[in-house]
Amino acid sequence: MSDDKSDKNESARPAEERNLEKAKAETGTGSGVDQPAPDQSPENVPAPTGEVRAVGVRHGMFGTSGTGDTSGYGGLVSAKVFPAAAQKPYGGWFDEVAGALEERLEATELTSAIESVVIHRGEITFHVRREDLPFVAQMLRDDERLRFEFCAGVSGVHYPDDAGRELHAVYQLTSMTHNRRVRVEVSVPDSDPHLPSLVSVYPTLDWHERETYDMFGLVFDGHPALTRVLMPDDWPGHPQRKDYPLGGIPVEYKGGSIPPPDQRRSYN
Amino acid sequence: MTTEQDFYAAPGDTSQGKVFTVTGQDWDSITQGIGESAEERVVVNMGPQHPSTHGVLRLILELEGETVTEARCGIGYLHTGIEKNMEYRSWVQGTTFCTRMDYLSPFYNEMAYVLGVERLLDIEDDIPEKAEVMRVLLMELNRISSHLVCIATGGMEIGALTVMTIGFRERELVLDLFELITGLRMNHAFIRPGGVAQDLPPGALDEIRDFIVLMKKRLPEYAALCNANPIFKGRLEGVGHLDLAGCMALGLTGPVLRSTGYAWDLRKTQPYSGYEDYDFEVQTWDTCDSYGRFRIRLNEMWESLKIVEQAVDRLAGLEGAPVMVGDKKIAWPSQLAIGSDGMGNSLDHIRHIMGESMEALIHHFKLVTEGFRVPAGQAYVPIESPRGELGAHVVSDGGTRPFRAHFRDPSFTNLQATSVMSEGGQVADVIVAIASIDPVMGGVDR
Repeated sequence: MSDDKSDKNESARPAEERNLEKAKAETGTGSGVDQPAPDQSPENVPAPTGEVRAVGVRHGMFGTSGTGDTSGYGGLVSAKVFPAAAQKPYGGWFDEVAGALEERLEATELTSAIESVVIHRGEITFHVRREDLPFVAQMLRDDERLRFEFCAGVSGVHYPDDAGRELHAVYQLTSMTHNRRVRVEVSVPDSDPHLPSLVSVYPTLDWHERETYDMFGLVFDGHPALTRVLMPDDWPGHPQRKDYPLGGIPVEYKGGSIPPPDQRRSYN
Repeated sequence: MTTEQDFYAAPGDTSQGKVFTVTGQDWDSITQGIGESAEERVVVNMGPQHPSTHGVLRLILELEGETVTEARCGIGYLHTGIEKNMEYRSWVQGTTFCTRMDYLSPFYNEMAYVLGVERLLDIEDDIPEKAEVMRVLLMELNRISSHLVCIATGGMEIGALTVMTIGFRERELVLDLFELITGLRMNHAFIRPGGVAQDLPPGALDEIRDFIVLMKKRLPEYAALCNANPIFKGRLEGVGHLDLAGCMALGLTGPVLRSTGYAWDLRKTQPYSGYEDYDFEVQTWDTCDSYGRFRIRLNEMWESLKIVEQAVDRLAGLEGAPVMVGDKKIAWPSQLAIGSDGMGNSLDHIRHIMGESMEALIHHFKLVTEGFRVPAGQAYVPIESPRGELGAHVVSDGGTRPFRAHFRDPSFTNLQATSVMSEGGQVADVIVAIASIDPVMGGVDR
């Protein structure tokens, strides 16, 4: 019996692998990535120029692999494309802010501190190198042309497919003086989830950094007391990471169980 | 019961000094116990189950006599993983989760999230006027009910029980209006991406007008009871002091920030949902203390009442107008109606999709099972909740579910000011200071 089963699986596997390889060749992921992704409908590529930032691919439509999906959509592959870096001029006050920030950075020879600038839906995001984060934050807060004196907090995002930049820390800054908002984003690899703490610049980040550490395992170096804040102190793991194991629910019927939410059949 | 052993401490936990487990009415044993050892420094653990800590908030206070030398908060007792749960539900279902966070201001949670989704969908300019006015109406009614609870529980915590009873009396009226309009007293999930779930029921505007008339009679009662009450002022004035620099550093917003005299209100400074069209004033006070925050909340209820009045007048001229975005690939298709057996699916809608329009049936099926896809990207939309800046950081990877939804809850951030507001003061003032922050633990822990 068991031999029979494994035989069936063997015969099923090559077809799937073939699809996968085809997909990889089509999207250009896994090899080189300078070929544009196939899904370039206007809503997925908001910036007219610049490189496309593809983060992973989506397979099929129903979140299943193998025999569960008989619709024929199983072979569908679409790239997850995030808004690409914007090109100057950014328009409006974005240029003033970016210009003032660059001027300050050039004066201190930190010209590569800002990796890219993304403008999407009227919001500007500065992607900052992690080692330069405290300096950039200090500039954003103190320069009278910037004056982002209010930080609304930091939020972690886990992109498991964004190789080498899996964990992102996203800061929302407000300038009450100029009535502007910017976002500062820092990416760190999963293997080295360290970034400098900004508590000395924005004391409000104390609990926010603790929460992000609690939920994502991002380690904010220099935080005065980086402990869990929402989960119990002895909790294992960081629950809001995408790879955090989720529990299913056993059902009192012939040993059945409801699978964990990330393994259920669902649209993706 | 008094013991000198800590039953909750694991073996090997700290055993410095004596441990008293008290449940009330047995304070004598502590004073005697301390008197023997003649130790001045006492660490008091308050909560998480304590009537004056505003929900399941745990306070760890270090006392010297009656003076608080250090105050720390322990939170997380109400953490329910709402943000994580939202990642496994469709975009529309997300409102059902986030409405449960800050349970005293559910419409604000929904609104912040929905504005984020709408920005990512790029349909911000397509929201029908009636939906925007209804959102404002519900939010401002909600601001009144939330401020009423703040004042009511704040009063109760300092022993002003009448303030509590009349506060909850008026809040009940607001909840009745919510029930009439949305069908539920809380956890409404009424504000949806693209608009609101339902049109106003018949007679709702008249009910709201009656409410406004009644509130105009009753709101002065709070002023008469408290504003010049020497006991009330004695407890609140100068307590929980936090100046503008402290607010900026600690990221405090809302009534606490406005009590420093700084008129920062997102409804005025960065208007959303058509707030620029309403006539209202931002309320400030200049004392930086709990009394100022109380007065700001009282005044804000008047301002909210003004906005509600204007919204009702606008809604009167918008009868029959759509409350959901026109795009059938986003608009939630299902409609509810009152039948002979209560609220259920609208028979007209069922007739339409089953008998008249194949297209409508497809849209209904696709939207209800799969949901719409939101273009990849991220958005952060802040709104002015009763407690301050409530923002939703919404990230999409182009799928039918949020890739990440994070809420910047004002209660969470503002609670960080507990230490600086209460250290150096009296134990009794800790309660007043926290009540003036008005934290809602459902929002703090999410």
